[in-house]
Amino acid sequence: MAVKVLKPGLATTVQDLGRPGYYHIGIPLSGGMDRHALVAANLLVGNEAGAAVLEAVFMGPELEFTEDAIVAITGAELPPKLDGEPRETWTSFKVKRGQILSFDFLKQGARGYIAVAGGIDVPVVLGSRSTYALGALGGFKGRKLEAGDELPVGRAAATVKDGRSVAKELRGQPAGMPTELRAMPGLYWHRITEAAGNGFFSDTWKVAPEADRIGYRFKGGKPLEFVPREPPFGAGSDPSNITDACYPYGSIQVPGGTEPIVLHRDAVSGGGYFMVGTVIAADMDLIGQLQPNTPVKFVKVDMNEALAARKSRSELLGRLHSALA
Amino acid sequence: MATQQIFSPLPGIFYRKPAPDKPVYKNDGDVVAESDTIGLIEVMKSFNEVKAGVTGKIIGFLVENEDAVMAGQPLAEIDV
Repeated sequence: MAVKVLKPGLATTVQDLGRPGYYHIGIPLSGGMDRHALVAANLLVGNEAGAAVLEAVFMGPELEFTEDAIVAITGAELPPKLDGEPRETWTSFKVKRGQILSFDFLKQGARGYIAVAGGIDVPVVLGSRSTYALGALGGFKGRKLEAGDELPVGRAAATVKDGRSVAKELRGQPAGMPTELRAMPGLYWHRITEAAGNGFFSDTWKVAPEADRIGYRFKGGKPLEFVPREPPFGAGSDPSNITDACYPYGSIQVPGGTEPIVLHRDAVSGGGYFMVGTVIAADMDLIGQLQPNTPVKFVKVDMNEALAARKSRSELLGRLHSALA
Repeated sequence: MATQQIFSPLPGIFYRKPAPDKPVYKNDGDVVAESDTIGLIEVMKSFNEVKAGVTGKIIGFLVENEDAVMAGQPLAEIDV
């Protein structure tokens, strides 16, 4: 069983739940940018939650199936078409051998997850099938898909059903405008003035077109004003520079104090920019569904609120598992 | 004669020129072939060509150079 790539889309990659454990030596987490949607796609087609799927960003690929299959598309509203006939997102459906899966224009969100019963069976590299394209690691030949690729598919579970779907309240997609991203002020909070700190959380930011799997850049808010200082040993001369430090997943660096960048699944692991704070784990999936120009507000939370939000997100995942058990 | 629209395949920034110091790809009234490029969409640090997809005559562009566009948004109208 294989899936042939007729058209690759913009930057379609193989992703699973990621490659934790190597970030300290510079290899990022990778994995789906919206892991909740990735799990939903897998459960819909009877896969393990963390099986490898295709992540399509902004634009769907065109795929031909060499055998009958069950597939599901979750995440962004990227309307699937089977031999030109519309199909539902968040719903499993049958594909016959030789049929072609394509997609209409993106309606909402940013990343669609295409799960095939059996999972995309590329080799496991450092514990994961996820693609880290910048490092040419994992996935299909370490890169985004190209026309002519043939993706191996694993053996499907015996009891896969089509026509299963995920209720709207279990989808975990961003709700309302502007999208609110909860963040905790970080170790370097003291580097900016009180007015700058307040401005950061009260301004409305917009997703910059450069935003990608490495980092999501935002613009449109007021530049941050720094507290004057003598640069410490090893730090660059710009007020936004620090002595090199580790960059957590979700950390918000602001080079030059102008455009915040939230590091995401393919992030660099360290460097010399101060971080104003960190987006909480519970809201990282939401970032993966933000299109360019989407308005966003950062909402200040403390550790207790962050942990409560994480618990509630993990309960949502639990309800998703129960619903599709 | 019928009017067809050319849609943006991607969300991002629309450019009518291949580079800031170059002339626009197409002007209103120009004749286009299916494989002609009518503009670029910038997203995720890449510039993606938008092809006319039809043969005809450009009636007019519906968005300005450097406008933010959505996927599926009409960019230009063509007389085919």
